[in-house]
Amino acid sequence: MRVVTTLFVTWLCLLVLLGISVTSVVMLSLPWSLVAVAACALSMILLILVLFMDLKHSRGLTRVYATGATLWLAFLITLTLADYLTR
Amino acid sequence: MPTATKTRKPLGDQGPVAEQFETMGQQRDANRLGMWMFLGTELLLFGGLFGAFVTYRVIHAEGFAEAAGHLDLTLGALNTALLLTSGLTMALTEQMSRAARPKATFWLLVATIAIGALFIVIKGHEWYKEYQEQLMPVLGLPFSYPGEQPEQAELFFNFYFVMTGLHALHMLVGLGVLGVIATVAWRWRNPPRIARQVQISGLYWAFVDVIWVIVFSLLYLSRV
Repeated sequence: MRVVTTLFVTWLCLLVLLGISVTSVVMLSLPWSLVAVAACALSMILLILVLFMDLKHSRGLTRVYATGATLWLAFLITLTLADYLTR
Repeated sequence: MPTATKTRKPLGDQGPVAEQFETMGQQRDANRLGMWMFLGTELLLFGGLFGAFVTYRVIHAEGFAEAAGHLDLTLGALNTALLLTSGLTMALTEQMSRAARPKATFWLLVATIAIGALFIVIKGHEWYKEYQEQLMPVLGLPFSYPGEQPEQAELFFNFYFVMTGLHALHMLVGLGVLGVIATVAWRWRNPPRIARQVQISGLYWAFVDVIWVIVFSLLYLSRV
């Protein structure tokens, strides 16, 4: 029962984050809207990974693998962007 | 449909162990890690696309922001809410299957499939609107953009259709898999196996959620 409650709370948090990101695009200007959208997207992804995909209760090896996959994606985008942003 | 049976261990931890494993715990962990490895390769596929989009978004900041303004933010947000809700129903399905509750498992799977199908219908409606507005620069269709930077907008809409199309393809695969599992869950002949199948397909469905959150943020919310 506790797990089910956690899942419902997670879903509500996800909807609130979605609302914040959409509102920030409509209400805020750069760079704050970008910061809000990025923060909300990262928080939503983290919630889905940890609670919906149950990384919280997974073995260490699975968690290391999932973290590694996310990190390499971050490296790919950050290093590519570093070139264009510093020209 | 059979009624629920009371058990001590979660259902996914029961049943005969496959011959290559020593314990059910080892088999379960191998299942999960194997699925995560597959999802890692999927992330590579989408990652290249996301990296290319972000790069062009920086290079053509104004043109891409203006083109993003032509997307329907309301429908995009509605679809995101639907997909997050289907993520909840799928996670609940997993809990119900582990607790050996066949009816709840089946109906939650049906709810997940229905919400997923509604997502596809709304996405199809959006694509049709864009086709009518001649904003679909694929398959040789005419592209007529009312804004100031049509070349950059064409590039944006190419990214848009490839990203949302690839995501929709993954949704359709997921819906097919969930349809098969719903049929198996209705019969409820090998409950421990069903619980494990639901768990693994749940990982795939949640991954599709994650990809959509990124797609939505990059395409629909990059309008400023």
